[in-house]
Amino acid sequence: MSVRPIILDHIVRIAEQQKKPLAPLTDDLPLLESGLDSLCIAVLVASLDDSLGVDPFDRDGDVPFPVTLGDFIELYEHATA
Amino acid sequence: MPQPDYRSLWDLTASGGLSSRRFVADASGRFVLADLARGRSLTVAPETLRGQSVLLSCERQLPAVQALLQLDGIARRILLCPPDLAPVHVPAVLEEGEVDAIVSDGTGPAAQSAGAVRMIGIGSQFIKNEQAPGRDSPTEWLLFTSGTTGRPKIVVHTLASLAGPLDDGMAIASDAVWSTFYDIRRYGGLQILLRALLGGGSMVLSQAHESVADFLARAQRCGVTHISGTPSHWRRALMSPAARDFTPAYVRLSGEVADQAILNSLAAAFPRSSIAHAFASTEAGVAFDVRDGLAGFPAALIGQAGAKADLRVVDGSLRIRSARTASRYLGDGHRLADADGFVDTGDMLELRGGRYYFVGRREGIINIGGQKVHPEEVEAVINQHPAVQMARVRGRPSPITGAIVVADIVLRSGSGTLETIRDDILETCRRALPPHKVPAMLTEVAGLEIAESGKLVRRRA
Repeated sequence: MSVRPIILDHIVRIAEQQKKPLAPLTDDLPLLESGLDSLCIAVLVASLDDSLGVDPFDRDGDVPFPVTLGDFIELYEHATA
Repeated sequence: MPQPDYRSLWDLTASGGLSSRRFVADASGRFVLADLARGRSLTVAPETLRGQSVLLSCERQLPAVQALLQLDGIARRILLCPPDLAPVHVPAVLEEGEVDAIVSDGTGPAAQSAGAVRMIGIGSQFIKNEQAPGRDSPTEWLLFTSGTTGRPKIVVHTLASLAGPLDDGMAIASDAVWSTFYDIRRYGGLQILLRALLGGGSMVLSQAHESVADFLARAQRCGVTHISGTPSHWRRALMSPAARDFTPAYVRLSGEVADQAILNSLAAAFPRSSIAHAFASTEAGVAFDVRDGLAGFPAALIGQAGAKADLRVVDGSLRIRSARTASRYLGDGHRLADADGFVDTGDMLELRGGRYYFVGRREGIINIGGQKVHPEEVEAVINQHPAVQMARVRGRPSPITGAIVVADIVLRSGSGTLETIRDDILETCRRALPPHKVPAMLTEVAGLEIAESGKLVRRRA
C-alpha cells in the first residue's frame, strides 16, 4: 500500500485533534501553509513513525527538509521503498 | 570521640518507655522493643564494633532496624545500604565508606562481598547481653541518594540532623503505630521509623514483594495510625479494594509532587484522616509540611523569620537551610550547600496566586522547540481527569521540534478505553496549559513502574 493515503489520513486526523483548519492538500502546498504548525508536524512525524515504523528524518546527514506536502510524501516514499 | 551527654537512638527510644505494646514488625516477623533492653540480635557483642564503619546489608528492613538500635552511639559510621543497590557498586561503596564490617542477616547487596572486611551476622534470636554497652559516641548515618542512573551518592547525616526539631506538626502521639510504603533505608522511610521510635510508638515495616493489598490489610490488622508514602505509592494504594477497609488517623505524602488530584482522592478515601504533604530530600532534610489540603505551599513560607528551616527561591528552584540538612557528600568533593549554607533541591517552583507550586525537577525539563515543559505540571493536569488513575509525561525526541510531549496513562477500572475519552483528557489539558505543554500523544498503559524509592520511574529521553 502506498504511504500517500496513510500520510493524508494522519494529517487530517491530527488537524482535527489539534483543531487546525486545513488548506486543500495538494502536492505543491507548502507544509507550513497547510494549517499545521511545527508542533503538529512534529506530532505527524511521531505518529507516522508509530504506524509505518520509519522516521526519515532520523538518518544522519543531508536529508533536505521537505518544503511542500509533495516533498514530505516523497521523503516517506523513499524511506519505505 | 565519646560525648557523655550523647543520647543514642536506643537511649531516646527507651526514654519513651519500653512497654510490651511497643513493637517493630514486618510481614514475616516482629519483636518488642523491650527485647533489645535485655539482649542483642547481633552475633557479636556490639562493643566489638566500637569506632568502626559498618555497612548494613539485609533484604528485609527488620534486621536493619535492630542493627541501628544496637549500633548507634557505638559504631563510628553506619551505611544504610538500600536493598536495590546494584552489587557492582558494592566494592566502591566499601572503599569509599572505609567499611570495617558488614552487618548482615545473610542477604542484601553486600552479603557475599566480605573479602577483607569482617562479616557480622544478625540472628533471629536475642542473646542475653553480658552488660549494656555505653552508647556515647555520635555515629555518622550514611544514606544513599535515590538517583536512577549510575552509582548513588552517599550523604552524611547524624541522628541529630535526621531527628532534629521541626515545625511540621506531625503530632507525636504515644501509642501511635507508624508505617510507610518506603523502605526505612531511604530518607523518607527513615523519618517515619525515627518518629515511631523517638515518639514512644511502634513501627510496621513494608516488605519487598508484598502486594499493596496485603500490605494495607496487614497495616490495618497491626493498628497502624500514621502512614506515609509517595503520591505514586498512594495512587497505587487507592487502586486496591483493601484501601476501603483502612482507617489511618494520619496520612502523609512526600518524595514527589503532591498534586490536587491525589490530595482530593485521599481526602475522599480517608474522610476521617488528617492528610499532609511534606517537602524533604535526602540532602536537604525535611523542610516543611502542608496541611490545608491544597497542592503547593503558601508563599509566606519563603523567607519566613524564626522558622526551623530557611527557604529561598533562586533561579526558580527551592533552596533550604536548616539543622536538618546533611553535612556533606561522602568522597567526591561535590559541595552539598551553597556559600550561605543553603542546599539547592533542584525542585522548580512557580508562584501562582500567593502559593508556590512544584512544577518538576530541573533536570527533567522537556525542551519543545526552546519552550520548557516540566513533566510533573502536565501530569498534575491529566491526573485531574476523573477517569485517570495515574499518568507519566515524557519527552519524545522529534526531528522537528527537538521533542514533543507524550503521556502514558493508566485509566481507572471501569473507565472504558482511552479512545472514548482521549478528546476529553486533551480538552482538560488545553484549558489548563499553553499549547506546547499539551501532550501530542496519549497512550494507554496497564501500569507504570514505581522505583524502589517510591517514585515514578522516569527514563530520560
